[in-house]
Amino acid sequence: MLSCSVDSVFVHKMWNDHEISKMVNKDVPFPMLSDGGGEIGKLYGIYDEEGGVETRGRFIIDPDGNVQGFEVLTPPVGRNIAETLRQIQAFQLVRESKGTQATPAGWKPGKKVLHPGPDLVGKVWEEWKVEEAFK
Amino acid sequence: MPEEFKPGCQRPPVHKKQESIAMETGVSIEMPKEEEVSMIKVGKPAPAFTAPAYFQGKFVNVDLEEYKGKWVLLCFYPGDFTFV
Repeated sequence: MLSCSVDSVFVHKMWNDHEISKMVNKDVPFPMLSDGGGEIGKLYGIYDEEGGVETRGRFIIDPDGNVQGFEVLTPPVGRNIAETLRQIQAFQLVRESKGTQATPAGWKPGKKVLHPGPDLVGKVWEEWKVEEAFK
Repeated sequence: MPEEFKPGCQRPPVHKKQESIAMETGVSIEMPKEEEVSMIKVGKPAPAFTAPAYFQGKFVNVDLEEYKGKWVLLCFYPGDFTFV
């Protein structure tokens, strides 16, 4: 986990010491990156030139360094951490299966996965029900 | 592991790595204008960078490259002491 904003490392320390550590009863357990000028934010396409800040961009990067997914929100709306963790678990499962498994909509750990291949063509309706997407 | 650095009065610099890659390959690519830089693509390499960071009582330099072999969740946000 890496967090990143345009704030200086000094402000990160103050935020950790005076607010975040009081929320979670310990220090922030991951590096808090400082990206003054938004150079990294520009590389990732989430820097807001007008506001001079980074928007809520969130990138899942796999062990090979490839981006598997991203989400970008404007500042007033916070993220859904549970959904982010679910996506990471799904990407990990797919990776461990070497691409032999895929996770249908609404998949969570323990739920049914699909095995893409010639036998599954036209048969997903038998293997997976729409209600599963909402459970 | 990220290396520690001594903080000074200047903002520690961030280093983009893209240009050096272009130089090494000897391929000249016309860099797109800033407004034309496209959103990064899924399944493609995450842009490389190093950046100063605060981590558990120390100021360190973080290089994304050092996280190869691990899953990384990189979260940007508007600013410390904001409300959401």
